[in-house]
Amino acid sequence: MSKPKSNNAKTISVALTLCLVCSVLVSAVAVGLKPSQIENARLDRNKNILVAAGMYDAESDTASDVAERFKDFEVKIIDLNNGNYLDDDALKAAGIPDRNAYDASQATKNQALSEDLGDNDPAGIGRKPKYAKVYVKSDDAGQPEMVVLPIQGYGLWGTIYGFLTLESDLNTIKGISFYEHKETPGLGARIEEPEWRAQWSGIESYDENGNVATGVTKAGTPKENWVDGISGATLTSRGVSNMVQFWLGEQGYKPYLDTLREQSGQPVEGADTQAHQTKPAAQSNTELAATLPVANGKEA
Amino acid sequence: MADTKSILTTPIFDNNPIALQILGICSALAVTTSMSNAMVMCVALTLVTAFSSFFISIIRKQIPSSIRIIVQMTIIASLVILVDQVLKAVAYDVSKGLSVFVGLIITNCIVMGRAEAFAMSNPPVPSFLDGIGNGLGYSAVLLFVATIRELLGAGTWFGMTILQPVTDGGWYIPNGLLLLPPSAFFIIGLFIAIVRIWKPEQVEEAEFVMKPQSKGMAHGGGH
Repeated sequence: MSKPKSNNAKTISVALTLCLVCSVLVSAVAVGLKPSQIENARLDRNKNILVAAGMYDAESDTASDVAERFKDFEVKIIDLNNGNYLDDDALKAAGIPDRNAYDASQATKNQALSEDLGDNDPAGIGRKPKYAKVYVKSDDAGQPEMVVLPIQGYGLWGTIYGFLTLESDLNTIKGISFYEHKETPGLGARIEEPEWRAQWSGIESYDENGNVATGVTKAGTPKENWVDGISGATLTSRGVSNMVQFWLGEQGYKPYLDTLREQSGQPVEGADTQAHQTKPAAQSNTELAATLPVANGKEA
Repeated sequence: MADTKSILTTPIFDNNPIALQILGICSALAVTTSMSNAMVMCVALTLVTAFSSFFISIIRKQIPSSIRIIVQMTIIASLVILVDQVLKAVAYDVSKGLSVFVGLIITNCIVMGRAEAFAMSNPPVPSFLDGIGNGLGYSAVLLFVATIRELLGAGTWFGMTILQPVTDGGWYIPNGLLLLPPSAFFIIGLFIAIVRIWKPEQVEEAEFVMKPQSKGMAHGGGH
C-alpha cells in the first residue's frame, strides 16, 4: 500500500510529469495516424457520394468498387453566385490550385474564398463558400445524368455534412446521404439510416414557380413532396430541412442548376423575367419562416 | 496475493463486473445491437482496462492520494484517445458505428473501479491480468447480449444471415424491440438470473423481509 502523501510540491510535480507524458503520447499518436485518418475520411466521403447517387450496395461493395464507380463522376468547381463552371485558369485566379483537393467547408474559414451570410443564414453555416465542388455523372450524349451536391448545415449539436443527388431533370431528388454529424445516437443520428433517407428519393424539389418546395415536416404530418421528420429529433429534422432548402435555393445551387438547365435546353423553371431572381428568394424565406418557426433564431 | 489463474478467471463468472457488480451497464445497452460493434467494444475495453491498471500500478507508490482519482482518469483518458485514434485510422466504419461510445470508455465504471480497487494496491503484472480478466467478464456479457439481440432483432450474426427475414423472402419476422435499448436490460437481467441459478452463492441477501400479511389487510379492509 502506498503511504498517504500530502507534500504539495510532490503532488504538483507528479501531476505535471503525468500530464507531460500523456500529452506527448497522445499527440504523437494523433499526428502519426493523421494521414491514414484523412485518407479514410476521403474514402468515406466518396462512398457517401455513391450512396446519395443510389450506386452503393452496403452488403456487397468493397473499397475497390467504390473507387471504380467513383470514376464515373466528373469533379467540377462552380461559382455559387452565377452558377458557372470554373476552368483551370479561373481556378488558379480564384486561388484554388487543385480541384480535387478543394474543400468547400474548409473554404469557409478563408476570407477570400467565402462571404459572410449575416442574418440571412437559415442553415446556420455562418460563412458561405464562393465556390462549391459538385460531382456530375454524364450520360452517353454528354448530358448530365445526375448531379451530386454537397450540403451542410447546423443540426442540434453540430454541423451536419452530406450529399444530395438530383436526377437529370435537376428537380427530382435521387437520394441523400450524410457522412459527418454530431447528432444524438438513436435519435438525431437516425438521419443516417437507409429507411429515413429513402423517403427523399423521388421528391420534386421545386414547385412550378421555381421555388424550393420541399423540406422535413413535423413527424406524422404528411405533406406532399415533404419528408416525414424523426420523432424525438425535432431540431435535427429542422436542421436537415433548413440545409436542404438553403442549398437548393438562390443562395445555394439554384443559379448553377438554372445554368445547367439552360445549357441542356430544358426550360428553366419559373424563369420568365429577371425580377424573379430576387422575389422567389424572399418568398422562400418567408415560407421557411412560416413552416419552421425558429429557422433563423438561436435555438434554445 | 491471489494466484495468477484465479485473477484472470474469477471476473468472468464468479465476480463478473456486469452481472455481480452491476457496473458498465450503459455501454452494454448501447453497443450490443450488432456483434461486430460489440466485439470491437470488448477488445477496446479489455485493452484499456488492462493497460490502465498496468500503468497505474507501476506508479501507484508515486501517486499522491489527494489527486489519485484525477491521475487515474488522465491515464485512462489518454489510453482511450489512443484507441479512438487507432480505430479511426484502421477501422473507420467501425469507429463511426461506435460513435461516442469509444470515448465513453473513459467513464466506464469498470475501468475506474479496477484501477481504484485493484491496481492501486497490487503489482503491475497481476493488475494487468486483473484488467484482462474483467475485460473478459464484460465481454462475456456483451457477446451474450449481442448474440441474442442481433440474431432475433435482425436475423443475422456478425452480419451473416442466419434467420432469413421475411423482407428477403424468408420466414423470420425480425423483432424490432430487440434492437432498442430496453431489450438489453431484459437480456442482462436474464443473464444475471442464469448465472445466479448456476452459482447460488451470488444471490444477495434480501435487504428487507416482507412481513406476512396482516389480518386487517387479509379481510380486504383498507382503513
